[in-house]
Amino acid sequence: MTKTLVVNNTSYQIDLPDDVPLLWVLRDEIGLTGTKFGCGVSACGACTVHINGASVRSCQVPLSDVDGPVTTIEGLGTPDNMAILQKAWVSHQVAQCGYCQSGQIMQAADLLAHNPNPTDQDIDDAMNGNLCRCGTYSRIRAAIKTAASEMNGG
Amino acid sequence: MGRIKKYTRRAFVIGSAAVAGGVAFGVYQAKRSLPNPLSASAGETVLNPYVIIDQNGVTIIAPRAEMGQGIHSALAAMVAEELDVDWRDVTVLHGPPAQIYYNGALMQGHARYDDREGGFLGNLQASAMDVLPKTLGLQVTGGSTSSIDGFEKMRMAGAMAREMLKMAAVKQGGGPDIGQWRTENGFVISPDETKIVYADLAEIAATLTPPKSVPLKAEKDWKILSHDMPRPDMLAKSTGTAQYGADKRLKGMKFATVRMNPHLGGVMLSMNSDVAQKMAGVERIVDLETGFAVIASNTWLAMQAADAVEVVWGKADFPSTNAAINRKIEDSLENPANSTGREDGDLSKRYDGAISVAADYHVPFLAHTTMEPMNATALFTGETLEIWCGNQAPLALRDAAANAVGLDGEKVHVHVPFMGGGFGRRVEADAGVLAARIAKAMPNTPIKTMWRREEDIQHDFYRPAAAAQFHGIVHDGKAVLLDAKIAAPSVTRQSVKRFSGFETGGADSAHLEAAAEQPYAIENYRIRGYLTDLNIPVGYWRSVASSFNGFFHESFIDEMAHAAGADPLAFRRDLIAPNSQSAATVLDVVQEMSNWTGTTPKGIGRGVAFTWSFGTPVAQVIEVQQTDDGIKITKAWIACDVGTALDPRNIRAQMESGLIYGLSAAVHGEISFENGRVEQRNFPDYDALRMGTVPQTEVRILENNTHLGGVGEPGTPPSMPALANALFDLTGTRARTLPLAKSFDFISA
Repeated sequence: MTKTLVVNNTSYQIDLPDDVPLLWVLRDEIGLTGTKFGCGVSACGACTVHINGASVRSCQVPLSDVDGPVTTIEGLGTPDNMAILQKAWVSHQVAQCGYCQSGQIMQAADLLAHNPNPTDQDIDDAMNGNLCRCGTYSRIRAAIKTAASEMNGG
Repeated sequence: MGRIKKYTRRAFVIGSAAVAGGVAFGVYQAKRSLPNPLSASAGETVLNPYVIIDQNGVTIIAPRAEMGQGIHSALAAMVAEELDVDWRDVTVLHGPPAQIYYNGALMQGHARYDDREGGFLGNLQASAMDVLPKTLGLQVTGGSTSSIDGFEKMRMAGAMAREMLKMAAVKQGGGPDIGQWRTENGFVISPDETKIVYADLAEIAATLTPPKSVPLKAEKDWKILSHDMPRPDMLAKSTGTAQYGADKRLKGMKFATVRMNPHLGGVMLSMNSDVAQKMAGVERIVDLETGFAVIASNTWLAMQAADAVEVVWGKADFPSTNAAINRKIEDSLENPANSTGREDGDLSKRYDGAISVAADYHVPFLAHTTMEPMNATALFTGETLEIWCGNQAPLALRDAAANAVGLDGEKVHVHVPFMGGGFGRRVEADAGVLAARIAKAMPNTPIKTMWRREEDIQHDFYRPAAAAQFHGIVHDGKAVLLDAKIAAPSVTRQSVKRFSGFETGGADSAHLEAAAEQPYAIENYRIRGYLTDLNIPVGYWRSVASSFNGFFHESFIDEMAHAAGADPLAFRRDLIAPNSQSAATVLDVVQEMSNWTGTTPKGIGRGVAFTWSFGTPVAQVIEVQQTDDGIKITKAWIACDVGTALDPRNIRAQMESGLIYGLSAAVHGEISFENGRVEQRNFPDYDALRMGTVPQTEVRILENNTHLGGVGEPGTPPSMPALANALFDLTGTRARTLPLAKSFDFISA
C-alpha cells in the first residue's frame, strides 16, 4: 500500500510498512539526510522535524501517523536562501561537529513560532530535549535570541 | 583532466580530491626535512599538504579529520595566511589517507612545564606512547596535536605556493626582480600595480622548481591567524547539507545494522534467523562470528529484523559484576608498580607538628556517545573495497579493512567525511571493518551499516575505570609531601595491541599524564602507576588518562589546602609559582575573572582546579547553587595559556566544549557491568548536560607560553575536580567517587 507524503512542499509516494518511523522514510527512502538519527528513543532530538508546523521527534512517528505536511531542515532554508534562524546560527558560529544542529534548529524554529520573545527559562524548557555532545549550548541560546530579535523587526 | 595529470607529475596523485580543471601542485619537493622542533626521525621522509588553485578559488587539503573541533578551519587559515588569499575564497577538503599526512606532534608529545628547551624536544620519552602513532599509521587526528603539527608545515605550504606564484608572474611577464612583486587577496601585483589573479598563474607555477626556503610572515602581520575566522563548514552545518558518514548515498544502496555480542570479546554460540529472514525488506543475514548483521531495504527494517533473531552468546573473558571488576582494579594497587612517573625528595621524611592527609578515589568506565552513532558505508567488488567512514586514523582503518576482506591495502580506499563527534572513539577501526565484512557478503552492492545507539554504547572502547590512593603531609600551611598510586587498565597497551598485533611491555608513562608532570613544587613528591590486566575494551576518551588523573590529583590538592586551612586557589598558586610563571598566571587570571574571594554565601559553592595537559595550562573555577529543585551548576570561568592563539573564537569554543564534556561525565557518566555486559543502553541511562543544566561560561586566553598548546582536550581534566571541589564548598562533603549524581542531588534537565 502506498502513502502520499508531502515533504518540503514536494509529494512522495511511499511504499513501506505503516510502522516505519518517519525518520527512516526521510533518510533512506526519500534521501533527505539533513534529519539525523541519534538515539531512536526520543531522548536526543537530532531527528526533530515539523509536521503541520509543530516539532516532533521523527524517530517516534510511524508513517501511518503522519497526518500533514512535513518540513525538514532542508525545507526551512537552503544555503542560498537561509531562514533567519539559520543565518543566526552562522553568525554565532554555533556548530562544532554539527550533527545535532538540524534538530536544534528545527526545535528552535518551533519555539519562536509560538513564542517570539523567549526568556532564558523558555529556551531551557524548549531546548532541553535536544542533546549536543560538543556543548554548543551557549551559542545556540545566543542565536535563538538574535533570531527572535530579527524576526521582531530587529 | 589532462592538465591535472601533466602538472601533478612531480606532485602527488590526489585521487578523487582533484578539482576538475584545476591545478594542484605539491608545495615542496617530494623530499625535504623539516626544521626542528617538528622534525621527524632521521631518514624519515616528510611530505606535504597541497594547495589547489582553479578559477573558483583556492582549495586547501587539510590532513586532519574534522569532528567538530574546527581543525579544518585552523589548518586552512595557516595556509591562507601565507598565501595571501581572501578567506571567503578558500575551500577545504580532507586529505586522502596517505603516509604524507603523518602527525609528527603526536609522536613527540606535548610541552611540559619543565621543558627548559622551550617545548617539544624536551619531552621525548622512551615510552609505549611513542610507539603508538607509528602503529596507527601516523595520519591520526587526536591528542590535541593537529594545530601544533600543522603550524610549521601548513604555513610553509602557503608561503611556498605564494612565492611560486610570484615566480610564475615574473617568468610570464618578464620584468624586474621578484623582490618588487607582492601578493594580496589572491592576486600577484607587479611593481606597476598590475594585478594578476592566482588562477592565471597556477599552471606556470606548478612547473617551476620550488625555492629552497621562503620567509614566513611575522606574527604582527597576520591578517587571518590570531583573528576570529568564520568556519568554512558552518553554512553546511546550519542547513542540513553537511555530509557525515551516516549520510552517504549511493545508487542501489542497501541498509544494514549489526548486533555484536554484548559480552565483549565473546563469540556467538548459535543464531536462529528463521523469522527474521522472512520479515519485510530483509535481504540477507550475515554471520559475523561474534555477532551478525541484517541487510535490508531500510535501516529501520534491518533493526526490526535484528530484534527477531534469536542468539545464544558466549561469555566475556572478564569478571561478570561491577564489584568484581572494581575490586580487580583496586587490588592491582598492591602489585609492583608499572612506572614511577615522579620521585622527588625523601618520601619517608617526617615533620614535627605536620598534618597527614589521605584519600582514596574511584572513577567509572565512560562511553564516548558521539552524537552520530558508529556507522560506515562500504562497497566491495571482489577486487577493490571502498569505505566511507568518519575516522580519526584512516590509514589504520584501510589496513585493518583490507586484512578483514583479504585484499591488499592499495586496493582499499577510505573516504573521510565529516564526523558527528569523535572524542577519541573514531580512532578505532571497528565500525569500518564490520561494514567492509558485511559488504563482502553482498559484492557490488553498496551497504550502509548503521549501529543503533544501544549497540554504540554497549560496544565502545571505554575510558577505563580507575582507582587511586593518595597520601600527603601539610606542614606550616604548605604541602611538603604527596605520594600517589594510580591503577587502571592500560589504554596504551590495549590499543597498541589492537593496531599492531604486538604486546608492549615496559613503563606506560601515558597512564600518569596530568598527575606525574604537574608544576607543583612539592618537596617530597611521588606518583606511581599500576596497570590492571582486564579484558574490557578501553580506548582514547577526550584527554585520556588526564581525565581521571586530573580528578584525583586536583581533588587531593584541594584536600591538602583544606587541611592547611588555606584558600584553595592561593594554596595552588603558591605551590606552582616557583616552577611555572605561566601556570601561576592562569590561576591569577581565573581568580580575577571569577572575582574569587575565598568565601561564598550560604547556598553557593565554588571550586577551583588546575591541570597542565596537552601542553596547555588551564585553571577553572566552577560555581554551584543549592536551589529548591536541587544543585545547579551555575557558572564556570576558564583561563588557559595556549602560547599563540591561532583562532581565538575556536579556542574559546573548544575550552567550553571540553569543560561541558567533562562535567557531563562528572555528573552523569558511568558504564557499569552486570552479568558480564554493559548495563547502560541509551541516553536515558547515559545522559549528559543539556541546555538547562550547563553553566554560563567565560573563557580567557593567555599567550605567555613560548610553545603552542593543544586546545581540544585540556578543558576536560580540570572540570571534574573543579565541580567536586565546589560541591565540597557547598555541602562539606568530599566527592571522591564519580559520577556525582549518585551522591548529590542535581537539578534535572
